[in-house]
Amino acid sequence: MNFPILTAIMLAPVAGLLLILLIPEREQLTIKITAAAATFVSLVLAVLAYVQYDHARGGLQFLQDISWVPGFGINYSVGVDGISMPLVLLTAIVIFTGVFASWDMTQRVKEFFIFLLMLVTGVFGVFISRDLFFFYLFFEVAVIPMYLLIGIWGSTRKEYAAMKLTLYLLVGSAFALIGIIALFLYASQQLGYATFDIQTLATVKYDLGFQKFVFFLMLIGFGVLVPIWPLHLWSPDGHVAAPTAVSMLHAGVLMKLGAYGLIRAGVFLFPEGAKFWAPLIAVLCIVNVVYGAMIAMVQRDLKFVIGYSSVSHMGYVLLGIASLNILGLDGAVSQMFAHGIMTALFFALVGNIYHKAHTREIASFGGLAHQMPRVAAGFLIGGLASLGLPGLNNFVAEFLIFMGSFTRDQALFGGILPFRILSILAISGIVITATYILRVVMKTFFGPRKPEWDHLEDARGVEMVPVVVLIATLLLFGLLPSLQIDMINNGITPLVAKVEAAKAIGGIF
Amino acid sequence: MINHAWLIPVFPALAFPIIIFLTRRVRPLSALVGIAAIGASFVMAVGVLREVLLNGVTMAHPVEYASTWLGIPGLLKIEAGVLIDPLAAVMLLVVTLVALLVEIYSVGYMHGDPGFSTFFGYLSLFSASMLGLVLANNYFMIFFFWELVGLCSYLLIGFYYHKQSAARAGLKAFVTNRVADFGFMLGFFFLFAIFGTFNFRELAAAIPSYQNTGFLALAAALVFIGPIGKSAQFPLHVWLPDAMEGPTPVSALIHAATMVAAGVYLLARAFVLFASLPGIMLLVAYVGGFTALFAATIAITQRDIKRILAYSTISQLGYMVMAMGIGSMTAGMFHLMTHAFFKALLFLGAGSVIHALEEQDIFRMGGLYKDMKVTVSTFVIAALALAGVPPLAGFWSKDEILAGAFDHGFTGLYIIGTLVAFLTAFYMFRLIFVAFFGDRRAGLHAHESPLTMTVPLVILAVLSVVSGFVGAPFVSHGFSSFVYYGEPHHIEPNYGVMLLSTIVALAGIGLAWLLYGRPSDVPARLAERYRSIYKLLVNKYYIDEVYLWLFHRVGLGLAEAFNWHDRHVVDGVFDGVGDVTRLSGHKLRLLQTGNLQTYALVIFTAVVIIALWMAAPVLGGVIQ
Repeated sequence: MNFPILTAIMLAPVAGLLLILLIPEREQLTIKITAAAATFVSLVLAVLAYVQYDHARGGLQFLQDISWVPGFGINYSVGVDGISMPLVLLTAIVIFTGVFASWDMTQRVKEFFIFLLMLVTGVFGVFISRDLFFFYLFFEVAVIPMYLLIGIWGSTRKEYAAMKLTLYLLVGSAFALIGIIALFLYASQQLGYATFDIQTLATVKYDLGFQKFVFFLMLIGFGVLVPIWPLHLWSPDGHVAAPTAVSMLHAGVLMKLGAYGLIRAGVFLFPEGAKFWAPLIAVLCIVNVVYGAMIAMVQRDLKFVIGYSSVSHMGYVLLGIASLNILGLDGAVSQMFAHGIMTALFFALVGNIYHKAHTREIASFGGLAHQMPRVAAGFLIGGLASLGLPGLNNFVAEFLIFMGSFTRDQALFGGILPFRILSILAISGIVITATYILRVVMKTFFGPRKPEWDHLEDARGVEMVPVVVLIATLLLFGLLPSLQIDMINNGITPLVAKVEAAKAIGGIF
Repeated sequence: MINHAWLIPVFPALAFPIIIFLTRRVRPLSALVGIAAIGASFVMAVGVLREVLLNGVTMAHPVEYASTWLGIPGLLKIEAGVLIDPLAAVMLLVVTLVALLVEIYSVGYMHGDPGFSTFFGYLSLFSASMLGLVLANNYFMIFFFWELVGLCSYLLIGFYYHKQSAARAGLKAFVTNRVADFGFMLGFFFLFAIFGTFNFRELAAAIPSYQNTGFLALAAALVFIGPIGKSAQFPLHVWLPDAMEGPTPVSALIHAATMVAAGVYLLARAFVLFASLPGIMLLVAYVGGFTALFAATIAITQRDIKRILAYSTISQLGYMVMAMGIGSMTAGMFHLMTHAFFKALLFLGAGSVIHALEEQDIFRMGGLYKDMKVTVSTFVIAALALAGVPPLAGFWSKDEILAGAFDHGFTGLYIIGTLVAFLTAFYMFRLIFVAFFGDRRAGLHAHESPLTMTVPLVILAVLSVVSGFVGAPFVSHGFSSFVYYGEPHHIEPNYGVMLLSTIVALAGIGLAWLLYGRPSDVPARLAERYRSIYKLLVNKYYIDEVYLWLFHRVGLGLAEAFNWHDRHVVDGVFDGVGDVTRLSGHKLRLLQTGNLQTYALVIFTAVVIIALWMAAPVLGGVIQ
């Protein structure tokens, strides 16, 4: 048997976690180095897998199956395709840089890194699972440590935020669970045997009513995580309260679980359900994009700006999904990756400032570029990615989403609202985004030097690891997008073929 | 050489990271890397132009090559490509030449600035982006570089980031251009939706036979919003005067000679689209004509030397846009070229003065010609060229625009254009008489600038004199048979138009002499007499105030309302659900453990029960 590379990617953090259990609490540096080494192994393996993925063959690759509960058809079966491979890479990059962004952590270091590694194991598990049961199991594994990480190591109303986040996500996942159980039972009856294998489940013909019902459950369940408006409020509060690395993972990766689930367990299994609900997603995502960006404009805390910008940017992912065509979905997955990297960069930098200045109040800053030129440059590059500047990954993603939604020829509300109008409204978000992000850059970093911040040291040494790695990633896929889009397209093409084969039905509107 | 033209932007593109990461601490080396890179690009641009001339590359038979940058089979092909025709060849030469001279000048101007190396890095990045824009063979690629030149503009306007005003100006420039780019992007999305390609030549082949002109007109109008922003046309002109916060060499290169002309260049590239739509052409012509007049009237009341030049740039760009609108792409591009030389010279001259005095208010200058002979004499040459005094460059190119308007029957635009010519001569020589002649002001110690600064001035002065001759109507195979739309054409000299524009230029200079040539209180009395008009002009028609009000009151007001809604209404609903739960929990205290795991367990149990209940009929089937 070939080397089980995906399992290795997932288990490297577990190995690190076990090692850390054996290290005494006071050996903080050893703990951090262990965490860094473990995540580095994941990163190297993820890059290897990414490079080795065979585009000509396509489909799911690096398969591995272990039977687990045969009676219910539950298997530990993993594999990645063009959709999940970039997300595995994203997770590996974000956790690796997240460990370095937590280098200054001093409080209960051992537990912190144990939970952090547990969290990322769950995330890897979701992206590599081909089995719906494990998919869900890992999903929960990722959510629970989040509660503790925010509740213990957080700031600003951390208990409230942790509880809020956990309740939102648990209630959401309860909806998804109902959907999954219903799906399992329906498919088992149709197939005559029990299975959780997603590929097999996708071959079943679900009747229209069932598709509408279960897709809606999935939309709520995974939509909370995306987050789709109006189920988004856990996210700004959660972002703000969470410690740096957790914010990075949270906005960088956890939100993508939602969008990934929506694509994998929603659109892929229930194309007709997706067609029915797509108009609703399209309308709500405009609220995400425009309303989220407007709110970001008047925030006073740096982390809230980034938090609401995530709400806005994830709206683009939803728009790509709602387009239900190749360009839109390619863009959606690309945006998941690009936004993950960009937002991780933002949180790493804001964390750096907060750690040194003990405040994130934008009004108290000004002229920080004098004291922290590298942080300022990094933040500006993040901002440029955020506003969709060509040459950075986010531009490619947003461009494809815009193209996908713009070329979708459909009219909603009985023909009075062309899809294209929604697309244009969403594209107007690029103006609002540029305004709020550059205003924040200006207020925080430009202007006269303020002597009260002269004690702040610029990022250097290990603090620069996240900055350099994340910016390099944005540039690589921004300048050579085919490295990313060819992969994603490989996974999206069969998915869209399935959507297009689904019989034409009227949407919700 | 043409086959390697793609290298032209690559040299400065490589210089950027080299300067930022390697040579930043060694300043002379940074300047050297930057200048060597743009020098190499200049040499290649000359080579390309030579080959275009010798090998019969014409507007109808350009050279194009491309490779796929991003392709999605059957849906989307985005090329990284090069399109070389006389239009691109001329533009390459103008951009590389002005950029080279500005970089040399900057060695002197930026001497001693802590950001010296960074400055050269940004200039290199700008040059690379601008040259990429010129070479682009499709809308996507031109948009790509269009955004990047915008970024460089933002970075360089805000170069003195410790100044609040500079930071604000950078933000304003970027956001205003974003509004325009939003329109531009939608425009070429519409084109893609119709024709399925971004490629200029493929579109040029397909557009004439397309029937649905309403849809096409929508696309063209949206594309035109791009140049309205980038070339600072009314009503999106507001960013350009503020952009003068940047170092003066930047104003010369980016905000006078090259980047702001990119909008005009885009109109030339997309000319097929516009030429097929008379209504849109008329819109373009009137936006340009109105902007030319509007900005010229503001320029006559300004006191800041760079702001006067900035409004002059807006006005001249208006001329170019107007030329495009009346269908004379040749005239528009010709004026773009000559304007690049003399306006770059004017800014560099102004920079030389600012460098010497650290003062920008012309009424606090005076008598500078005694101390700064090279600067002042080259500045005067450029001003004469701009004013359209024969036989300098600006005379020929402006004349071609006016003659075009006259010959094509746009009498209104012709009158506007002639009026603008008068105002141009007036405001330029108001500046010159006030700042350079008369008595020295007390406390000013003017001195001539170093050679690195004066040599570029002299070279540009020569170009401001001679560059017009390539397009003079007496030249048989001149500019109009090289850069054109449709068929090559020769424009017959229109002596009436020439005579009148010469007269108005001289009249403008004369009026400036009367009012400002000697100390007098006439200007002040005029300002007092026509107080309301004067205030309107000095305050730039209050357009900035209107935009600021809209942004702060409407934009931010709406944002605050959304924020309140999110925090109180949306959150309130969900917290309300929580409160209800808590309240009932209070009654059912025995069930309340305060333990998250228990909650989770309860939720899960409930879910499983509900699911089983729902699925009971189906489940029956499985068990059987």
